Amino acid sequence: MEDIWSGIAAAFGLIVTLDRDLIDITLRSLQVTLTAVAIGAALGIPLGAWLAVSRFRFRRVTIAVLNALMGLPPVVVGLVVYILLSRSGPFGVFGLLFTPTAMIIAQVIIVTPLVASISHQALREIWADYHDLLISLNTTKWQRIRTITWDARRALLTATLAGFGRAIGEIGAIMIVGGNIDQVTRVLTTAIALETSKGNFALALGLGFILIGLAFLVNLAMHWLSRTEQRGRW
Amino acid sequence: MSTILPLRLAGIEVRRAGRTILGPLDLDVEDSGPLVVLGPNGAGKSTLLRVCHGITHPTKGKADWVVPRAEANLAQAFVFQTPILLRRSALENVMYPLSLRGEGKKAARATAQKMLDDVGLADLATVRASVLSGGEKQKLALARALVTRPEVLFLDEPTASLDGRSTREIETILAGAQSGGTKLMMATHDLGQARRIAAHVVFLLNGQIIETRSAKEFFEGPSTAAAQAFLKGDIVE
Ligand SMILES: Nc1ncnc2c1ncn2[C@@H]1O[C@H](COP(=O)(O)OP(=O)(O)O)[C@@H](O)[C@H]1O
Ligand SMILES: [Mg+2]
Repeated sequence: MEDIWSGIAAAFGLIVTLDRDLIDITLRSLQVTLTAVAIGAALGIPLGAWLAVSRFRFRRVTIAVLNALMGLPPVVVGLVVYILLSRSGPFGVFGLLFTPTAMIIAQVIIVTPLVASISHQALREIWADYHDLLISLNTTKWQRIRTITWDARRALLTATLAGFGRAIGEIGAIMIVGGNIDQVTRVLTTAIALETSKGNFALALGLGFILIGLAFLVNLAMHWLSRTEQRGRW
Repeated sequence: MSTILPLRLAGIEVRRAGRTILGPLDLDVEDSGPLVVLGPNGAGKSTLLRVCHGITHPTKGKADWVVPRAEANLAQAFVFQTPILLRRSALENVMYPLSLRGEGKKAARATAQKMLDDVGLADLATVRASVLSGGEKQKLALARALVTRPEVLFLDEPTASLDGRSTREIETILAGAQSGGTKLMMATHDLGQARRIAAHVVFLLNGQIIETRSAKEFFEGPSTAAAQAFLKGDIVE
């Protein structure tokens, strides 16, 4: 018990004094995750929108695959990306393994299906509402996609935040492809795992508080967004 | 004067779920006074209007304007029974069809504002469409339909769920559009409204056209027993 209390006290000390390691690791986490989420949203939202307004033969199958990909175990994603990026793998020449870029690639694979799937659900709903009107107004497919994504922008932001929530707390994939190298690929989750195993509870807890704080902020924002979304309902 | 009328329906048939819900029927929609499609619920009024407008594809037959479909599409608009409004402000709803046609924001805003004035919604321009009353929503949908100055305006029971006052206001707007050169084609099961608006009547029953006549002839004495019963207010099936 004593250990834990002193750990908590030390953790607050690190946060309050803006400890360099702590800041460094937090910023790297944010850099990797924000980049991955930005790419994931840039891919996932158009994909969700396109799926919502298109009718094609394998649409249902595509949606089912997307939902299945959402449940991909991150460790397996990490393993596959590792194999692809390793020196003997097809993309080995780029030397990306154990770099933040490798971590971003792995997180993009994890986040994109999630963002696409949640976006698709919201966009399918608004498309059902708008369908007859947009057909009547002779919209092109591109105009339809633009209209529904704009009018569902709050829900899409929520989808993006859900992607952020998933990525920021993820460890399985980035540990494998990043390697948790100090000053290079060490991020909040991998650092917490390491410091805990070293018995360095102060830093581990300090990092943990920051991670919790970030997750909490994201959920608060999502909650607020979905409430304003509901007030805009019909 | 219209450049897209007459519209000719030939051998139109719409099947859904293994059942023929409209037709087979032929109909010419001429460039003359308002055409009202009358008939009980489920007669096929909405389906007929949607086929004319091109948003429901017939299983069989053709619906042809005198100009190619793409050209005709730009000169018509449709007002749905339940207004479909964008999750935007009233003004942005009316600006939308103009923006689709590539009009600049400023010009679109001015035109849309003017249109809102015309339908009596000027004060509600910045209000979210979702919070408007039923009558206001339908007037907004009407403003959005009229803002592109269509030659033909389809109306699917636009006042079916509205009170007397909103109905009167909407009919006034429609009269204005009509005298401005817009051909009206409206479905209704409200006989009073049909009498006030119609120049021609199409009487539908079970997906079939039972009568097409001038309104005067129709209301003075329809030739079929079904239409007579309908006019008397009997339940026709
Ligand atoms: N997509 C559909 N699938 C099956 N039946 C339909 C469909 N659309 C309309 N119907 C049926 O066709 C008939 C005519 O419908 P509708 O044109 O809406 O009639 P009205 O507008 O005169 O009330 C109704 O019996 C309706 O249930
Ligand atoms: Mg109907």
